[in-house]
Amino acid sequence: MSGAAAQHRGGGQGGQGKGGDPYRLGHGGGHGHGEATGRGDGGPASKRITTGYGFWIFLLSDIIMFSGFFAAYAVLRGETAGGPGGAELFELPRVAIETGLLLLSSFTCGLGAVATERRNLAWTQIWLLVTGLLGFIFLVLEVQEFAQMIGEGAGPARSAFLSAFFALVGCHGLHVGVGILWCGTMMAQLWSRGFLPAIQRRLMCFNLFWHALDIIWVALFTIVYLMGAGR
Amino acid sequence: MSEGKLERGERGERHDSAPGDEAASGQEFGGGVTGYVVGLLLALALTAGSFYMVSTDLVWGPAIPAALIVLAVAQMGIHLVFFLHITTGPDNTNNVLALAFGVLIVLLVVFGSMWIMDHLSHQLMPMGEMMKRMR
Repeated sequence: MSGAAAQHRGGGQGGQGKGGDPYRLGHGGGHGHGEATGRGDGGPASKRITTGYGFWIFLLSDIIMFSGFFAAYAVLRGETAGGPGGAELFELPRVAIETGLLLLSSFTCGLGAVATERRNLAWTQIWLLVTGLLGFIFLVLEVQEFAQMIGEGAGPARSAFLSAFFALVGCHGLHVGVGILWCGTMMAQLWSRGFLPAIQRRLMCFNLFWHALDIIWVALFTIVYLMGAGR
Repeated sequence: MSEGKLERGERGERHDSAPGDEAASGQEFGGGVTGYVVGLLLALALTAGSFYMVSTDLVWGPAIPAALIVLAVAQMGIHLVFFLHITTGPDNTNNVLALAFGVLIVLLVVFGSMWIMDHLSHQLMPMGEMMKRMR
């Protein structure tokens, strides 16, 4: 029995091997040859891994784009042109609520990923819904803040500081908006087609996207709000 | 070959990990629901620390920005490990290298811009002075 099992593993044929791929080139190599370590051993990675990796690269380039906005904000934060600065404009209680909402949505998004891994459709949908709703409340608060600032005459046209502020925070808000749309799309796809491999990959990418948004928000509330509102 | 290893192997496609891949990190430290709970608690604590930092007189004023940045970097690390499942394991080499490159570019863009623009504004004449000389 154990000999047969060894043959089974070493040869890579039989139940787990895909037809026409006796050496399991497309499946991370044979089990007898050790594990592929990301250094080119063991043949091409599976589609799930290449998709996740590709999306990770996209997220990193998205973060690099954000770094441009952060750099602009850091350079222009003092250029208020006689207008209001961060200390007068920012309301930390609202920012704290926004931060809590986004952090909590990141958490529920992760719980959704766990439910997906357990192939539990109901809980995946519930956690996706909660994630989307939390994101939506976050967005409402942010739009409120923007409207209030513009109403006070502190719109993006007021000073270079405010242009940089609205560009940076607005860009993050735009990402959250896109994320909410994506969340709804994923719920609809799950509803109509269930846990297909392609949909699982998209869910993984959505989770990555949502967590990355939260990471950007950490930099944002620290550098823009907390440092800007400093005494 | 241990049974555990066989188990992981037999589910297929477990040799490299995609970032955020629940299946790959489910059994590891920082995986599963426990990982998310731990991550949430740590992130909450760091966030609370950041907000407390600006509202209290406990910390010496000029040290606050540095402390805030330390807390933010720590929280980003928490997010990366517990939410995105970026670890230092061999199955994560690609992800970590991509991340390291991204961080390099981000630091170059942000600090490079601040450095250059700071020098520029030091060497530019103040606007009022320029107006005076142009008359």
